Formats: sequence, structure tokens, C-alpha cells
Amino acid sequence: MTKLEAQREVWGQTLVDLGKQYPELLVLDGDLANSTRAELFENAFPERFLQMGIAEQNMMGVAAGLAGVGFVPWLSSFAVFLTSRTLDQLRMVVAQPKLNVKLGAGYAGIMTSKTGKTHQEVGDVAVMRAMPNMVIIAPADGPELRSAMAAMMRDASPTYLRLTRDATPVIFDEKHRFEIGKVYVVREGTDVTIMSYGPQTTRALKAADILAKEGISSHVVHVPTIKPLDEDAIAAAAEKTGRVLTTEDHNKYGGLGGAVAEVLAQRRPTRMRIHGWQDVFGESGDNDALLEKYGLSSTHIAREARSLLAQ
Amino acid sequence: MARIAPILTPEKLADMKAKARENRRLIVEAINYAKAGHLGGPLSVTDILVALYFDVARVDPKRPYWEDRDRIILSKGHSAIGLYCVLALKGYLPVEETLTFDAIDSRLQGHPDMTKLPGLDASTGSLGQGLSVGLGYALGAKLKGKDFHTWAILGDGEIQEGQIWEAAFVADRYRLDNLTAILDFNQIQQFGWIATKGGETRKMHASGTNPGDKFASFGWHTLECDGHDIEDLVRALRAAKAHKGQPTAIIAHTVKGKGVSYMEHDYNWHAKVMSDADYQAAVKELIS
Repeated sequence: MTKLEAQREVWGQTLVDLGKQYPELLVLDGDLANSTRAELFENAFPERFLQMGIAEQNMMGVAAGLAGVGFVPWLSSFAVFLTSRTLDQLRMVVAQPKLNVKLGAGYAGIMTSKTGKTHQEVGDVAVMRAMPNMVIIAPADGPELRSAMAAMMRDASPTYLRLTRDATPVIFDEKHRFEIGKVYVVREGTDVTIMSYGPQTTRALKAADILAKEGISSHVVHVPTIKPLDEDAIAAAAEKTGRVLTTEDHNKYGGLGGAVAEVLAQRRPTRMRIHGWQDVFGESGDNDALLEKYGLSSTHIAREARSLLAQ
Repeated sequence: MARIAPILTPEKLADMKAKARENRRLIVEAINYAKAGHLGGPLSVTDILVALYFDVARVDPKRPYWEDRDRIILSKGHSAIGLYCVLALKGYLPVEETLTFDAIDSRLQGHPDMTKLPGLDASTGSLGQGLSVGLGYALGAKLKGKDFHTWAILGDGEIQEGQIWEAAFVADRYRLDNLTAILDFNQIQQFGWIATKGGETRKMHASGTNPGDKFASFGWHTLECDGHDIEDLVRALRAAKAHKGQPTAIIAHTVKGKGVSYMEHDYNWHAKVMSDADYQAAVKELIS
């Protein structure tokens, strides 16, 4: 029986745990704390929970000012609002001065509780990759998220943390130690390398199971830090099998696929396939129905791997 | 009109007026040297900056990162050269350095960059954002039990940005009486729009009416002053700092291009390169 855990619950609880350890940690909410579970922090530290209302652009500026007096503000909202809505604010007052502000981007990817295309941000990784000074982290599951948030608190970079709303399979145990900028081989194999981040890695592992039954050996590499990217590890993982499939719950343009292609094209040209959203906006629906319709399920990943091997 | 008692000694007032005049000369000199940059706004905001840096604000040029310093944010970042010249006169940087404005490798970027020049409390330039950063400083001061004050200087065209009113809303919610917005209300923006007024269709360069009412409706304490009268400015700034329970917005009535007669009230001098004759005429006025 696969254990499931929702990242938003881990997010809320870990804010509380870190809040006990770090008095400088503040949480700024854009009136969504009951959705994102940042409300757990308000219950624990009401005076350090700052309700900024439905005014995300202002919230980003406030974070910059708070960072300027030594606080570490963690912003809690949906991915779409912390990227598309506040991009200019993030650029000028946080990323350019490289201030220690953490963006907790909940409801990232296609699974956004039936809210549909208005609340699905299809290009957040692309946008953040093109933003100098930003670190991008997308943990696979609860244990990795806990470790990643602790690592973020030890680091002073402005950071975009990409979170999935609903419960997803747990693949790491509590001994797993996330380090910013490292990749993790979660399954050794010889025929094809599959790279992914966030809970898409759990679907990549399932795809590896499907492929194993057909005699195909997958080398699955989890890349929870998309920027800065561990280029040596990416090149080494490509070297291992000579075929690289990237898969992500994000547009096929500008995400991990693009990042890996940039590295490999310059360091070790490798036959590749880039798998993700097919450059479309989404819609509302059940998670499984969305993954199926938009081609992000394990069976789709396995199909992509077969196509790559047939090339 | 009732006579108001002076609050500055005649010597201090004369010195501050001289600083303002010198600041305007430095602005014109730097812009002429760079052959680029803004003139109207920096000349308009000069007296506000002099009143802050040479009287009201708690700052120390020897300690630009002093944690108890007042925070000063030039949200209308395109007036950067006005701020750089005041910082130079105050001792944050050598006065000669103002001639590096806009040049490659200069600490004096076209718009303020807090990563380059000590003494800048925010990076600004994309309009509408400085009040939010000031709100963050003011909230942070309350949370840390610090008594410094935060001043955000806004352009009147700039307050067309919606984010200003997000910040106004939230500052009221937290009753941030340690935050003051100073509006450089010169009533001319870069280009403006075509409008019909009194049956006549013409170009309107005015940035909007009654900003004080707008801030008041958001729950702010508001004051009005003559933005070129140093005493009146100091009086309003001190009153804003002393006011409890609400943030204050000071509507400082100013003249775009103030101090150079042919630039005053003319939107064309928002940012325009001077001819040699223009430059000589401006300097002549500013040193007389």
C-alpha cells in the first residue's frame, strides 16, 4: 500500500516547526491560508502571520521591506499569483537586490482542485528560470519538502518553492536529506534515463515499473532543484544510458526539458524527448482525468520512453 | 493670513535653501554631462529631499546600514539624480561622483539600485512599488520594536498604479503611523492623455485631482504643504512623524522643473537633453 501525503499539509506544519527554530521567520498570506494550510502558522504564531489581503503585488513589496530589516518572509499563495500576477514586483524589489524572500507557490501544476485554467500556471518554471538570482525547488513528496524547507532557511537566496496541492505518493523516507542544487537517482537503470521533479517523479517511477515488465531498464533521476542545475550530474546521467526523457507537470517549453537540453546540447549531445503540457492552457477536472487528458500519467511517460528508445 | 512661528533658525533655513539651490545646479550639471536623464521630476522633488535629509529624517551618512536609521524610498525612481545629488551633499558619496550618473560601471544607475550605492533603501524605477516596500519596513519596525520612521516619496503620475492603493489599503489595516507617503504633486506627468474639459478637447498632462481625498478615503491622515517652502515642508514632515494611529500622506504642492524658469510647468522637460544655450541659461539662474 503506497503511503500518500499532501504537500500543503507538510508546508503548513513545517512553517510551524521552522517558526519555533527561527524567530525571524514570518509568513505573509494573500488570503488563501485555509487553502494553502499556512493557517497552521497563524494558529501557532499569530503575531508573525501577516495577512496581506488579496493584493499580491503589494505583498511582494512588503516582503522586500521586511527582508530589509532582517526578517525572512515566506509568502504563501498560489503559483499563478506568485509568478504571473507579481512578476514585475518580484523582478525589481526581490530578485534584482537578491533579497532573502521565500515564495511558497501552492497549487502548482495541473492539479488545482478543479479550479481550471485561470488557476493553473503552466509556465512558472520557465519564468523563474529566466529570472536571475532565483533558486527553484520542486520537492517530490512530504519528506523531501520538510528537508527542503529547512535547507531554504539555511540559505539566503530568493527562492521559488513549487508545491502540489493534493496527496501524492511518498517515495522518500525521513532520512532523505535534500540539498539545494543536488539531483537524486531514485532508480538505477541502463536503457533510458528519465528526469523529472515534483510529484511527477512518483509517476516517473511508476512508468519505470511498467517499462520493467517489458524488459526496459529505466534510470530515474529526480531533479528537485531546477535552478541552479547540477550540470555535472545531468551529463553523467545522460552518459549512463545515452537516452534522456524529461517529464514534467509544466509546459514542454522552458521547463526542466529545456534546462536539460541546454546542458546536453553543449556538453554531451544526447538523444532526448521533452515531455510536458503540450503548450496549451488547462481546464477543470479530477486529477486523474486531467493527468490522462493532458498526457502526464505514468502510462504516457512509459509511452514516451518507448518512442525515445525506438528512435 | 495667520502668522506661523518659524521652526528653523534663520541660519539653518538659509543653509537648507542654499543646499536646495546647489542640488538643482548639480542635477542640471550631471544631466548635461550625461546627455541623458530626467530634469523636471528631480527639480520638483529637490526641496522635499533636502527637508528630509537635512532636518527631519534620522540618517547618518557614515552608517548607511545603521539598523535604526529612517528608511527613505524614492518610489518615483526616475528622479534618481535628484536623490544622488542630495546624498552627495549629505556626505554619502563624493560630489564629483554625481557626474558618473548613467555611465557604465557607475554606482549611480539611471534608476536607484540598492545593491550598488549604500544609502538606498530600495531599488525603484518600475513605478508604483516603493510604498509597498516602505510598508514592509514600517511593519518590520513595529514587529522589532524599532522607532525609526519610513518615508516613501511618490510621483503624482505614479499613483495611477493600482499597487499604490493596495499598499494604502494594507497600511490602514495595520495602522502604520511610522509610515509617511510624500506626494510630489507637480500635476504634470510624462505625456498625459487627450481629454475634453469645458467643451474643449486638448492634451491633459495633469496627473489627477484631489489625491489627499483619495488617501483620506483609505483611512490615512493627510497634510498639504508647499513643496518648495523648506519651513512648510519641515513642519509637515515633523507633523507626519508625530501623528499617531494612522499613516500620513503629505500632498506637497510642487512645480515640475522648479528653479529653471523655462523648464517650469512644461512636460517636455520631463526628460530632455539640453542644448549648450539651455544649459548656460539654467546654470545662470541657479547660481544667481
